Amino acid sequence: MIHVSDLSKSFTLHNQGGAVIPVMAGAALSVEPGECVGLTGASGAGKSTLMRMVYGNYLAAAGSIRVGDLDVAQAEPREIIVLRRRTLGYVSQFLRVVPRVPTIEVVAEPLLVLGVARDEARDRAAALLARLNIPERLWGLSPTTFSGGEQQRVNIARGFVHTYPALLLDEPTASLDAANREVVLQLIGEAKARGAAILGIFHDEGARVRVCDRLVDVTHFTPGAA
Amino acid sequence: MNARIFYENSETSQEFRCAERPLLAVRGLTKRYGERIGCAEVSFNLWPGEVLGIVGESGSGKSTLLSCLAGHLAPDEGEVVFATAEGPRDTVTMSEAERRRLARTDWAFVHQNPRDGLRMGVSAGGNVGERLMAVGARNYGAIRGRALDWLERVEIAADRIDDRPRAFSGGMQQRLQIARNLVTGPRLVFMDEPTGGLDVSVQARLLDLLRGLVREMGLSVIIVTHDLAVVRLLADRLMVMKGGRVVEQGLTDQVLDDPRHAYTQLLVSSVLQV
Amino acid sequence: MSDYNFAYLDEQTKRMIRRAILKGVAIPGYQVPFASREMPMPYGWGTGGVQVTAACLTPDDVLKVIDQGADDTTNAVSIRRFFQKTAGVEVTEATAEATIIQTRHRIPETPLTEGQILVYQVPIPEPLRFLEPRETETRRMHELEEYGLMHVKLYEDIARHGTIATSYDYPVRVEGRYVMDPSPIPKFDNPKLSGNPALQLFGAGREQRIYALPPYTQVVSLDFEDHPFVASKAEHDCDLCGASDSYLDEVITDDQGNRMFVCSDTDYCRTRRAAGLVGRLGGEAA
Repeated sequence: MIHVSDLSKSFTLHNQGGAVIPVMAGAALSVEPGECVGLTGASGAGKSTLMRMVYGNYLAAAGSIRVGDLDVAQAEPREIIVLRRRTLGYVSQFLRVVPRVPTIEVVAEPLLVLGVARDEARDRAAALLARLNIPERLWGLSPTTFSGGEQQRVNIARGFVHTYPALLLDEPTASLDAANREVVLQLIGEAKARGAAILGIFHDEGARVRVCDRLVDVTHFTPGAA
Repeated sequence: MNARIFYENSETSQEFRCAERPLLAVRGLTKRYGERIGCAEVSFNLWPGEVLGIVGESGSGKSTLLSCLAGHLAPDEGEVVFATAEGPRDTVTMSEAERRRLARTDWAFVHQNPRDGLRMGVSAGGNVGERLMAVGARNYGAIRGRALDWLERVEIAADRIDDRPRAFSGGMQQRLQIARNLVTGPRLVFMDEPTGGLDVSVQARLLDLLRGLVREMGLSVIIVTHDLAVVRLLADRLMVMKGGRVVEQGLTDQVLDDPRHAYTQLLVSSVLQV
Repeated sequence: MSDYNFAYLDEQTKRMIRRAILKGVAIPGYQVPFASREMPMPYGWGTGGVQVTAACLTPDDVLKVIDQGADDTTNAVSIRRFFQKTAGVEVTEATAEATIIQTRHRIPETPLTEGQILVYQVPIPEPLRFLEPRETETRRMHELEEYGLMHVKLYEDIARHGTIATSYDYPVRVEGRYVMDPSPIPKFDNPKLSGNPALQLFGAGREQRIYALPPYTQVVSLDFEDHPFVASKAEHDCDLCGASDSYLDEVITDDQGNRMFVCSDTDYCRTRRAAGLVGRLGGEAA
């Protein structure tokens, strides 16, 4: 489902004397449907960079990133837009939403974009929020006012509300209590069971052990270290 | 180009499949003011349902570009091909009558200052109804019904329908301008700093409204702004302009998070963090 | 005869005005600019109509002048005298006898016939002016037939008054093309604009515009399907001649609030009374 090969990346900082910082070279991995692959490596080794490149958020310098049969490294923006709407979900560590939009709407939006009827989208959003223990009285409020853990759960709900065939998870269990952590791990397990290909970063070692089928150490992709 | 979508979900609607043909295809658009460049050699495609942000500082040519695209200014070179119901047409060379017809049917233009886009001496209902009447609506009750429906959609109370926009707050005026523009179901909307003159709290409400309308109506939008936060929340794609030229374009979050051009890097790093 | 050139204006000026009239006749409802001259009367007193009349007059013409339907008001009398003095033409108060009728704000009740010319005095010829102050823009709107704005005006009327309250100066569309201001005639007269056997000419002196409706031109009053145009008048008969089909003026007769309704067209009323027709108060007030 996700096939990365010979991927490299560097940043050119024009406003700092044109410094070129190579951050990745020769990256390769693949994630099959129903499989969860965890990225490991020290902070700054490039785990998030790799995830962002798969999502099309960072541009690749060279190599290919196939998600389904689209090469994200070569794709037109509009193809990536469609890929993100239908195929590739992303749970980041940060919640970025229009202020003042109610939580239930924030979670339902990915479905509305796909043309799912409003009532059905809200029902599915509500079910997930309930499962993630967001009190119903908060559903009508904007998540921008929530605590870090609540925001994180809203983000997860948004990422799981549509049955994406491929999912990117950036620290999905960080800042969660034991009960909610358990819910998230169940959600991941269910996604795998329905055939989703998942690429994730888990600092939570217990979680990693439980959901990941394989691990890929991105340190091998650090230029000069490989 | 072939649409390379492999995943078909029974729940997904047709409109998000990759379209075969762009809604707007711009090639080599150039406008000079004497020696000075307004915008130069701008080319891009806009696809159905896409929101394209154009950012850049004052004088970067983004407003000139928008005026040329919307037919308010005649460009010196280039073409702006719009997919009309009868097939692709270069709007630069079509007759003014055709262009103006387009402007009140398939196109819409939302001005930064609602006073430029509204008739301040005409009631809210009359403002919304004008485009309907311009395309031949001649039933008062039906026109009024559509106006009421649209006032509700932009969150203006029904009992304000006979009030003039002068009596409205800035945010309400801007929402009224949007209703007035969208009532005829346009396919392409040009927006010039639509949140520019508004308080931050009012901006958020407007952004949410615009996102909803874009999604529900499948609108394509070209939005000019200098507010990077606005484009991040609203635009699928971004073009960065400097000195009349497009220096970088791509997916909005990609351009903002991984900017390649020196100017974009400067722009992104200059945003004040809250 | 006097020392004035025939009908006051010099021949070059009359030619210029005739060219404008011919253009107007060729493009019904289109406002033709013309070089309006200073006339020996103030703007607002019919300088446009007077110039059009002057350009149309021949020594054989019989002229009638009415103001709000009446032959005997100051404006009508002074214009009639002006042409008697400067052109020496015969004048009349009888609609049927006149070859040229200059009018301010009415169309005579007696149906006009082929060969007659009706000249309207027009204060503001631009029907779109109410909502669009820019002349460049209104010209462009006429050019491109962008007339949605006219209906906005009517919409506003209904929104505010529950019905189309415009009772005079009611906008019309000419032959499905130009939207035209019929001058401040009551909307009661609007149906007479259409299919009229006479040539109708409109002159706006201050605004320097001439426009025309050739005989038998189709003229439609703008409206909505659910608020159709109605040529309304006061719900009375004429108190003098008993006419039920003519446009009426309301006249306050004393300090007790008594009032009477009389034909605005004095010639029509007089002709009916001469034929023995009598209204509610016809015996005493006449």
